[in-house]
Amino acid sequence: METRTVTLDVNGRTHDAAIAPNTTLLEALRALGYTDVKNGCEKGDCGACAVLLNGRAVNSCLVLAWQAEGQEIVTNRGLGTIEHPHPIQEAFADTGAVQCGFCTSGMIIATKAMLNRNPDPTEDEIREGLSGNLCRCTGYGQIVEAVRLAAERLRRSSSSLSSLRGEGTPRKDGHEHAPVERVRVSDDEFGAGDNS
Amino acid sequence: MIDNIQPKPLPEVELPELRQIGRPLRRVDALGKAVGATVYAADYSMPNMLRAKVFRSDRPHARIVRLDVSKAKALAGVACVLTGEDVKGANLNTDMPGQTGRPTRSGSDAPVLALDAVRYVGEPIALVAAETVALAEEAVGRIEIEYEELPAVFDPEQALRPGAPILFEPDNVVSRYTIRKGDLEKGMAEADLVVENTFRMPFVEHAYLEPDAGVAWIDEQGVINIRVATQVVEHFRSVARALCLPQNKVRVRGTMVGGGFGSKEDVTVEIFLAFLARETGRPVKLVYTREEAFLATSKRHPFKITHRTGVKRDGRITASHVEMVADSGAYPYLTPYVLLYATGMATGPYRIDNVHVDSVAAATNQSFTSAFRGFGGPQAALAYEQQMDAIAAALGMDPLEVRRINYLRTGDTTCTGQAVTSAVWSEECATRALHALGDRTSGSKTRRIGRGLANTFQSYGRITWFHDTSRAWVGVEQDGTVVLRCGVPDIGAGQSNSLCQIAAEILGVPLDHVTIYATDSAVTPLAGTSTATRQLYMSGNAVCLAANTIRARLTARAAKHIGVSEKEIELGNSRVWVKDDPDRFIELAEVAQLCAAGGIELSQLAQFNAPFTGGLDPETGQGDIWPDFTFGAVAVEVAVDAETGQIELLKCAAAHDVGRAINRAAVEGQIAGGTHQGLGYALMEEFALKDGRVVTPSFAEYLIPTTLDYPATEVIVLESGTGIGPFGAKGIGEPALTPAAPAVANAVADALGVRIHEVPLTAERVLEAVDEARKKGLL
Repeated sequence: METRTVTLDVNGRTHDAAIAPNTTLLEALRALGYTDVKNGCEKGDCGACAVLLNGRAVNSCLVLAWQAEGQEIVTNRGLGTIEHPHPIQEAFADTGAVQCGFCTSGMIIATKAMLNRNPDPTEDEIREGLSGNLCRCTGYGQIVEAVRLAAERLRRSSSSLSSLRGEGTPRKDGHEHAPVERVRVSDDEFGAGDNS
Repeated sequence: MIDNIQPKPLPEVELPELRQIGRPLRRVDALGKAVGATVYAADYSMPNMLRAKVFRSDRPHARIVRLDVSKAKALAGVACVLTGEDVKGANLNTDMPGQTGRPTRSGSDAPVLALDAVRYVGEPIALVAAETVALAEEAVGRIEIEYEELPAVFDPEQALRPGAPILFEPDNVVSRYTIRKGDLEKGMAEADLVVENTFRMPFVEHAYLEPDAGVAWIDEQGVINIRVATQVVEHFRSVARALCLPQNKVRVRGTMVGGGFGSKEDVTVEIFLAFLARETGRPVKLVYTREEAFLATSKRHPFKITHRTGVKRDGRITASHVEMVADSGAYPYLTPYVLLYATGMATGPYRIDNVHVDSVAAATNQSFTSAFRGFGGPQAALAYEQQMDAIAAALGMDPLEVRRINYLRTGDTTCTGQAVTSAVWSEECATRALHALGDRTSGSKTRRIGRGLANTFQSYGRITWFHDTSRAWVGVEQDGTVVLRCGVPDIGAGQSNSLCQIAAEILGVPLDHVTIYATDSAVTPLAGTSTATRQLYMSGNAVCLAANTIRARLTARAAKHIGVSEKEIELGNSRVWVKDDPDRFIELAEVAQLCAAGGIELSQLAQFNAPFTGGLDPETGQGDIWPDFTFGAVAVEVAVDAETGQIELLKCAAAHDVGRAINRAAVEGQIAGGTHQGLGYALMEEFALKDGRVVTPSFAEYLIPTTLDYPATEVIVLESGTGIGPFGAKGIGEPALTPAAPAVANAVADALGVRIHEVPLTAERVLEAVDEARKKGLL
């Protein structure tokens, strides 16, 4: 299938990549090196490939890469690093919400989208918000606990921030700790279906 | 009946207060996974790498009449196509030699690629390596094959009947055990009542989130390297055997595993990759799709288990006869061991003096079955724990009371005559789990409330005649930080973290001062498999041995430096000090430097050997099988909708004696997660086959629990301190799963007054039971 150069904006980096029309965003992101986006089923059943698309959590296996052009894509790695983890990532690590870790990036993306909409979710709302993400290790209890802890920590830090600033500025999705300068990367052509 | 239960007081146990052990510390692997930095098998790429695909059988039993791969080979971009002819004689190491104490079934080992015949849908026939996944898929589509269908068998009992289609001559028997303990006839004659029930369990899929994956390449020494998601880096030996290579010419580099649960105990992609890398001379990567991970890997064994139990009116069991039939699928894999586990645990954590167990596993033309968390224990438990409730019902007794009367105690023997040597806290666990349910939820005529309890035991550590060993290397750097090298595969349960926490405790450093290098068959000391709930026990003890040796050297050097005797020295917080005079101290880093300057070794390799025993008596099946057992209980409350057949899980509590919790959060995670898998086993999971073809090929059809299905389990961690692992720990990985499913089955039977003898407890089965209950006037 004929490729076209598509510009993808991922975690603050801009990639120009030759992509076939049937390539999913999951395949494209993994081929670009964003291996934190996990391939668990390729049909939207498991949520392991979730990313933020303009702040909304989507299963990247159900989005074509071409459709993501011009939108802001944020993967779990765009939220934080080992040195500067995002409060959600830290809460997952602190509560035992991470076992094998394969579902974790998708879970954290779903959590981020949920807390953007609702900074103080009830347990039912947390369970509803994560219902598209499968985990086989934890039984979900510690994950629910992680979301609750993350929400609490985020509320506390945003209220202390707003009391400092005297305002409640909502922060932009996913870039609290991500590099801010935009880098343009030209990528080699990669084949459709190369779900590395 | 089992309401308002008070926890049985615990025996007095003195566990020393420790600095690292027992605390809910953040696992060493947690943050890397949380930020997405952890690299899994499918994430690795190599320069000039090919991509592989497998061509598989779509027939349950057929002779291969013609196989033509020429059109696949001719496709531009295809580097190689391999068939059974190219790998003749190589097998997947699925019929392990004689370790069960039974002779190997020659010829029934699965070939790497089918040659003359296929025996199940999904059996590998050809391998393709091409420049891209798309090209490899296209090449697979161009492979031509003609079959001659053979009669097939899909039921293990039918497979054992005369005239059944035979998968391997002389018959379909894959494994058989006989247990004879005491005098069954005498025990039955003493009974006031004999209770008989038959229970059934289906195929179950592991459903780990990470599909099987690996990358293989040949390095500059000619060594085949395989980076793979595996529970067993020692499969480098299986690869070497298949390729007829010296064992030191294969290296398996494990990765963090995205869930295994037993499925990644078998060889998965390793041998395919090794052949392709050798054939092409290029790196090759193979990643299963979700559908392939379902189709082509092992399942939990379906069992049919019949219990005939003799019991006195006062509740004492006098005799038990258990018959088991298990479905091995098309190839043996670990079936003989799984059947042994189910057989050895057949009568549960109860003292029964007169026992017969007759068990058999038969080959069928279906997905092969092998290890799955619990390894036959959960199937055995679904039968013996439902039987305990059936006995209670037949006697009009409380289910907890019947169990109390029959619980094993320390020193009593299992059905194979093995004495239990550690604490047995069955009642302590059961009463706490029941107590945690609180007040009974009120129901109605159509919304029936039921409560169920299950008490189980499960071994940890491998079969004692396997002569199991593990090795670990511990070193202290000159800044006082610690390096641990151990071949342990980390499958997500916190295997590496536990070892780090143990080293941190013994060497007196904070957990973040320990770095572990793990799961490499060539450069980390071999630690054995991450299976059988053995790593904390085995490798934990190996780390203890190594770390204690170094600790002794450090404290001796520090004592000499301060000028006191070693007995007066304390080690902790990266510092050595005089117990009675903390102001006299030396930093650990300084001690390490003094040792280095004086030529004192700062590293140690240690090997831990499990206790060895002989095998079972071939006539009576009497003898020791396992090093020790973990005892636990689950209690649940359910609401059963008599109109729709829906079951709602209202409450769930799990209590286990883990001996000693190394990391409390990790232990709680194991118990909660294992319980959850058990709940799915009871309520929704069935890997369904029809005439040998899979009808639940993906997560869209094979449902596993989501966040919305069950409430969080209340986890109760008990610590008897009597385990044979480090610091008195027992194992918890597998034991965590075992009691949940029978507890649910018992709760549903309590709600309806009628028992459903087969899991999963689907709405259809519930409605049949409701009809039966109505006919009996129970609803």
